[in-house]
Amino acid sequence: MASRPRTLYEKIWDAHVVETRDDGTALIYIDRHLVHEVTSPQAFEALRLAGRPVRRPELTLAVPDHNLPTTPRVDGAGKPVAIADPESAAQLAALEDNAPAFGIRYIPATAKEQGIVHVVGPEQGFSLPGTTIVCGDSHTACHGGLGALAFGIGTSEVEHVLATQTLLLQQSKSMEVRVDGDLGPGVTAKDLIMHIIGTIGAAGGSGYVIEYRGAVFEAMSVEQRLTVCNMSIEAGARAGLIAPDDVTFAYLKGRPMAPQDAEWDAAVAYWRTLHSDDGAVFAKSVTIDAADIEPSVTWGTSPEDVVPIGGRVPDPQDFADESKRVAAQKSLDYMGLTAGTPMTQVPIENVFIGSCTNSRIEDLRAAAAVLKGRHKADNVRWAIVVPGSGLVKYQAEAEGLDKIFTDAGFEWREPGCSACLGMNPDKVPPGERCASTSNRNFVGRQGPGARTHLVSPAMAAAAAVAGRLADVRELQN
Amino acid sequence: MEPLTRVEGRAIPLGLKNVDTDIIIPAKWLKTISREGLGAGAFEALRGTPGNVFEDPAYAGAPVLIAGDNFGCGSSREHAAWALDDMGIRVVIAPSFSDIFSGNAVKNGILPVVLPQDAVDRLLEVARAGEPITVDLETQTVTTTYQDRFSFTLDPFRRDCLLNGLDEVGLTMARGEAIGGFEASRTAAQPWLMRGTSV
Repeated sequence: MASRPRTLYEKIWDAHVVETRDDGTALIYIDRHLVHEVTSPQAFEALRLAGRPVRRPELTLAVPDHNLPTTPRVDGAGKPVAIADPESAAQLAALEDNAPAFGIRYIPATAKEQGIVHVVGPEQGFSLPGTTIVCGDSHTACHGGLGALAFGIGTSEVEHVLATQTLLLQQSKSMEVRVDGDLGPGVTAKDLIMHIIGTIGAAGGSGYVIEYRGAVFEAMSVEQRLTVCNMSIEAGARAGLIAPDDVTFAYLKGRPMAPQDAEWDAAVAYWRTLHSDDGAVFAKSVTIDAADIEPSVTWGTSPEDVVPIGGRVPDPQDFADESKRVAAQKSLDYMGLTAGTPMTQVPIENVFIGSCTNSRIEDLRAAAAVLKGRHKADNVRWAIVVPGSGLVKYQAEAEGLDKIFTDAGFEWREPGCSACLGMNPDKVPPGERCASTSNRNFVGRQGPGARTHLVSPAMAAAAAVAGRLADVRELQN
Repeated sequence: MEPLTRVEGRAIPLGLKNVDTDIIIPAKWLKTISREGLGAGAFEALRGTPGNVFEDPAYAGAPVLIAGDNFGCGSSREHAAWALDDMGIRVVIAPSFSDIFSGNAVKNGILPVVLPQDAVDRLLEVARAGEPITVDLETQTVTTTYQDRFSFTLDPFRRDCLLNGLDEVGLTMARGEAIGGFEASRTAAQPWLMRGTSV
């Protein structure tokens, strides 16, 4: 039977269409739903008011992450530590009440499986290739690293999924970002995705689902793929995808919620069909040469404001259009930077290693490899490592990474979103800079007035040692 | 949700591009378990800067906001739409919106109007002159007292939801049988997909 060649995105989409309305809107089935404390209370409240149950409680997994302090969660006697901020405590209590009330599996803050939703989902095998995955969090695109169609939704959609296990959606277009060749020394998945965003722009993926294709992605571990797909939203894309392969299957096999035995074999057979067909048409295609990518940093207040570490703060006058010139000048004013300054001369007072982008075990290993036998510079006032989950934390401790971090002057924290969004007590003070492995350098993102420079874990470690933004390659020789 | 058909009034000429949802409503306001009262935190960082449009009495209570490319990018927080709603914003006009924000807006009775940059630039001028702007969803037009007339499109389902104040959850729950049929065929063919946390 001859059928039209389809992209990976189109295949996953087609497999989830319950029905299509006359106006073209499709009712799409949602296989997996992750819930956290910040974007769910109003959704549960709406269900309660309307007397609506959760349609498929077993397809939703709840875990607190955004608002939790990253200081110890149990005291010396093993009792849970109360959360000081009453609003945060109330929000966390709401999730703790809502999940069991609606029959949803809940991972408590004190469990070793607790962590950032986007670390927990893959780690538990809850996130699977070919599934549709949603969460009230824009970095849900992360799970595309497993070959899942994963995207962030608002709270009204959280309510819609809880009540119906579906969403009403318009199909996006397929976009290809192809990177062939090999990444150079010191160049990581983070540098790659930052380079891609810098190339296509913060709205370059708007209206599209991006499929990352080519030798560079095929050679990556699952954790690196998660980092790439995680930041698809920073290019404006609905989602990011990498076709699942043997690397993906090896990662998932044996995880607690992954299929087992005969079902595993059936699942793998299905997953092997999940790739773009030869001749599939992408509405937009971008090709990047891996050799052009260097360890990268952001200079401004949009993730598209990317330069190689060897570069300089750009001059707003060099931008072609007026709106970009205005935006660049505003960014430089906020960031307290002068055009033409070499990036390696920008001093750093804070270092944050964590977030759903870069808090997995490979990220911590990469940072620890740079920090081993070294210490943060005196002008670095605050340096923290926040593992993505309790399981990552225990693994790192088993490998002795925690000791490397604390010897280097870092604080070793409990898992959560932490200083990525400055919702819990972990914030960067006004006017100070942070070399951060997170995903957003927005105005005020890490705290009011905070100045964020996005970097890879290895580059964050290098910045901590140098006390300024630094080229990690100089420490890796 | 209240139906939205036609909005007439002054417009706030923000004009900035890449206005992210952290700017619309900072994280510290997300600790609420309610949808109410978020207007007080809307554009908090911008309100602190001299000469900003949000503190300008000329635009107080304006129901329209005009912005640059990629409005509402970043975090999926629906608090951004709730904050705009609480400020009294019914329409946002921009050359482009983030996918998640525009969906959140519509679900809260806020109309995202996409117009080309030159039309947006013209409307910014009109807004700065203190003249009202009229946005009509039935005719899908934006008009001004200077005889400007710009047409826009919105996908038919979203337009229908806004014009009639429809409850999407209720609409979809009425399709429960179709969803049940889909689930039954899934359970038969790929049972592992339906297990989720029940393993």
